Amino acid sequence: MKSPRPPLFLERSTYRRRRLMDAARILPVVGFVLILLPVLWTRGSDVGTAGEAVYLFGLWAVLIVAAALLSGPLRSALRRDVQGDAPDAGTETKAPEPRGS
Amino acid sequence: MTLNILIPAALGYVVFLFFIASLAERRAEALRAAGRAPRFLRSPLVYTLSLSVYCTAWTFYGAVGYAARSGLEYVTIYLGPTLVFVGWWWLLRKLVRIGKAQRVTSIADLISSRYGKSNAVGVIVTLLAVVATTPYIALQLQSISLSFGAFAADQPLAPSQLALWVAAGLALFTILFGTRNLDANEQHHGVVTAIAFEAVVKLVALIAVGAWVVWGLADGPADIMARISEVERPEWQIQPGRWMGLTFLAGVAVVTLPRMFQVLVVENADQTHLAIASWAFPLYLLAISLFVLPIAAAGLTFLPEGMNPDLFVLSLPHSLGQPGLAMLAFLGGLSAATSMVIIAAIALATMMSNHIVVPLWLASRRRAAGRGAIPSRDASDMRGLVLNARRLSIGVILGLGYVYFAVSGGSRALAAIGLISFAGMAQVLPALVGALYWRGASRIGAAVGTCVGTLAWLYTLFLPSFGPDVILSAQLMAEGPFGLAWLRPHALFGVEGLDPLLHALFWSLLMNAAAFLAGSLVSFPSPVERVQSAQFVNVYELGASDESTVTRGWSHDAAENEAEDLLAMSQRILGADVALAFFAAAARGQGKAGFLPDPTPDFLNRLERELAGSVGAATAHAMIAQIVGGRLVTVDDLMAVASETAQIMEHSAQLEAKSEELARTARQLSEANEMLQRLSVQKDSFLSQISHELRTPMTSIRAFSEILMDDEVTQDETLRYAKIIHDESIRLTRLLDDLLDLSVLENGQVNLDIEDDNLHALIDRALMASNSVQPQRDFIIRRQVSDEDIALRTDIGRLTQVFINILSNARKYCDSDQPELRITVRKRAGQVAVDFIDNGSGIPKQSQVLIFEKFARLTDMHKAGGAGLGLAICREIMLNLGGDIAYVPGQGGAAFRVSFPLVLKPRASRAAR
Repeated sequence: MKSPRPPLFLERSTYRRRRLMDAARILPVVGFVLILLPVLWTRGSDVGTAGEAVYLFGLWAVLIVAAALLSGPLRSALRRDVQGDAPDAGTETKAPEPRGS
Repeated sequence: MTLNILIPAALGYVVFLFFIASLAERRAEALRAAGRAPRFLRSPLVYTLSLSVYCTAWTFYGAVGYAARSGLEYVTIYLGPTLVFVGWWWLLRKLVRIGKAQRVTSIADLISSRYGKSNAVGVIVTLLAVVATTPYIALQLQSISLSFGAFAADQPLAPSQLALWVAAGLALFTILFGTRNLDANEQHHGVVTAIAFEAVVKLVALIAVGAWVVWGLADGPADIMARISEVERPEWQIQPGRWMGLTFLAGVAVVTLPRMFQVLVVENADQTHLAIASWAFPLYLLAISLFVLPIAAAGLTFLPEGMNPDLFVLSLPHSLGQPGLAMLAFLGGLSAATSMVIIAAIALATMMSNHIVVPLWLASRRRAAGRGAIPSRDASDMRGLVLNARRLSIGVILGLGYVYFAVSGGSRALAAIGLISFAGMAQVLPALVGALYWRGASRIGAAVGTCVGTLAWLYTLFLPSFGPDVILSAQLMAEGPFGLAWLRPHALFGVEGLDPLLHALFWSLLMNAAAFLAGSLVSFPSPVERVQSAQFVNVYELGASDESTVTRGWSHDAAENEAEDLLAMSQRILGADVALAFFAAAARGQGKAGFLPDPTPDFLNRLERELAGSVGAATAHAMIAQIVGGRLVTVDDLMAVASETAQIMEHSAQLEAKSEELARTARQLSEANEMLQRLSVQKDSFLSQISHELRTPMTSIRAFSEILMDDEVTQDETLRYAKIIHDESIRLTRLLDDLLDLSVLENGQVNLDIEDDNLHALIDRALMASNSVQPQRDFIIRRQVSDEDIALRTDIGRLTQVFINILSNARKYCDSDQPELRITVRKRAGQVAVDFIDNGSGIPKQSQVLIFEKFARLTDMHKAGGAGLGLAICREIMLNLGGDIAYVPGQGGAAFRVSFPLVLKPRASRAAR
């Protein structure tokens, strides 16, 4: 959605990376839907709080693993992006001590 | 275990934390001096651990109580943030990017910066944050005093006294920690490190208690699952509305809470750390909430009825003979509470000093400077002011927290208190989301929306939270203000039966968002706002070039001596060494030696950002504006410049018009001058001619009179000579008469003799009279007799004189072989025009303007036989008669038009002259 000029031919790695970003965007939506799931099946069934807890913590762990898997490639994409930028975080570290003129 | 052990333990722990913080700070300082980045202190691990400031005493003590009361609902508080972090690519990435690019110092600064650097919006958000955080701080105070109480129920210290001491101690601790210095980026290495350490302590403590519960008290996971099922109550049933609402609310809070914004955005050292935190922070949340339910179940099983479930973490090991574990749990709870208070107080103090105290101080200085009481750029220490403002703010914030604790009684469930804070800070959400994703979001919308949402939150949740009859009376709660049932705080607009929290969240956010959208749609953003909105919403597209293309920029021509003032000011804010280094680096970058770079727009922009890191964007902008003063180009200035330019253009157009007029006048003058010169030449020649003319008769008169004086003159000759003398005298007399006549006419002293006559008779007489001129020439006269029958009432004698003159001239000068003269008469609207047109060669164009001038004569005087005064006299007569005489070119010969009124009104004719 944020590709101003779609290139004529899609390089495989950038195409993959963009789909990865899509996945990162979809992940919380999927997570939200799955988190709301217990609301639907509490009534009537006898899953119980313990069972719900197992489900929720299991789902939680899956979400964390998924995020961890996505974070590697996304991090390198972000780093490329940031390094193209002005070195914003580095200004205070590279300020040299004043030398007398 | 008594207070005698607990208090030294708590103090010792705090001293240890302080030691860690200062160690970290010194290490960072040393590394910076060596030119290296403090890699560990700014690592993703420390970043993630510092994010755990989200887990406060609410989590440590309150979550267990929450689970004991409501079952699994407590996990929503951690699932919401998990979703936000797992979905970091949506929101957090942009938030952190903008925070870095704009050097944002707080959530209030971010919102004020986005909405046109409006300090009003900053103040609103700051006040909201202070009010909303107050219950949260009260929660920490309550939990600490409860934890003391759990150990020493028989101690004489009342909870409120204890809480007062805790509040004072925390205030002191925060002041010592957080306001030791003023960092350009508002980053606190030492504090963050201490917070990360505390995160480990509280996690370890909770897991230790949890592990002991699962494997010590119970027989492993399966057994604890069974026990959970055993103690399950009907209230543990998941409530769909609260489940969804709380997940959402917690997700919002993790971004909008001032302390979370502080560690998430402001203290962020590297944007890529966010990628690690996206899974590591949810992992931390999972770990810390994993044993909550087992501990709650164990508490309900093993502890006697009536124990405060909020203290299960502490009372389980304490009452079941695990003093070491109890101490660890106590320190864990202390960690959770102190870390929250420290970071929240620092974040709020930054907001209060940047958005309220410093702007007020600047305004008062400006007023004082305006009165001339102090120089506008005096050398008082800004750093001291800012730091003192922060210290004072910390005191105020903790004081408010204590007041809330004291007033609300300090006996309610911890989680319920925390959720009030969450709902309060959620009011920032519409303005924040609008700031990041909607370019049309405007300052008015943000201010109105936040205000409306805050008021709704205050009315429906915050004020009722003190309990009935504390602030809102029980009657108002039950029946609504003035008996208006539809305004009841817990059933607004007839929405009854909803959980009070959900009810408040629903109405406040709905009204907030509606007001925000409406305000944004109807208002018109200022130019600065438009620029900032582009910088925020399109932060990815702007990329690196945004440093140089920011249009809020500074004018190029700031004078060099201003660099010194800027340096003086920056030293006060950044500290002498940092400011000198920054200026020296900038000067080197410009290829200059020394510490004073040229105040180029680029440099001023960078300096503004650097200062914004300490005092906020709006304040930094105002301060630089104060020094660079008139040289700062605001959009308003540009407007002024534009209107000045328009004025100048108008002036120049006027000048052009004037110069054209001048040129026209000059042309006219030179024409007049030419004519004057021609006239002067004519006059000279006329004078010589007239003197010649006068001398000729005089000479002959003298000569002949001398002859007459001789005796030898015959009678005959005498007669002849006397005749000549007589004729010459007549000629002289006529010449003198003409001159006299002209002068009389010109002075307007002529007496007009008005009679009645007919034009036909008049022309007849004139023709007859003019026949005597050159009688040998035979003229054909063409007349339209019927036209000439016009009755006149004017000076007939003078008019006849004019006609005779024109006719005589025609006879004299018409050079045709068969001379012919046409006389036409036209009458129109009380005016008569008589044209005399001959068939000669006419008058050459260059002479046409001269013929009516005195002494004008086109041919030799002798040939003409007149003095050249005829037409000048004619014109004067006609003017006296209220008419005119003109030469009409292009008629096939000389053509004169005489026009005059039928009836002459003597007075009017005089006035016309």
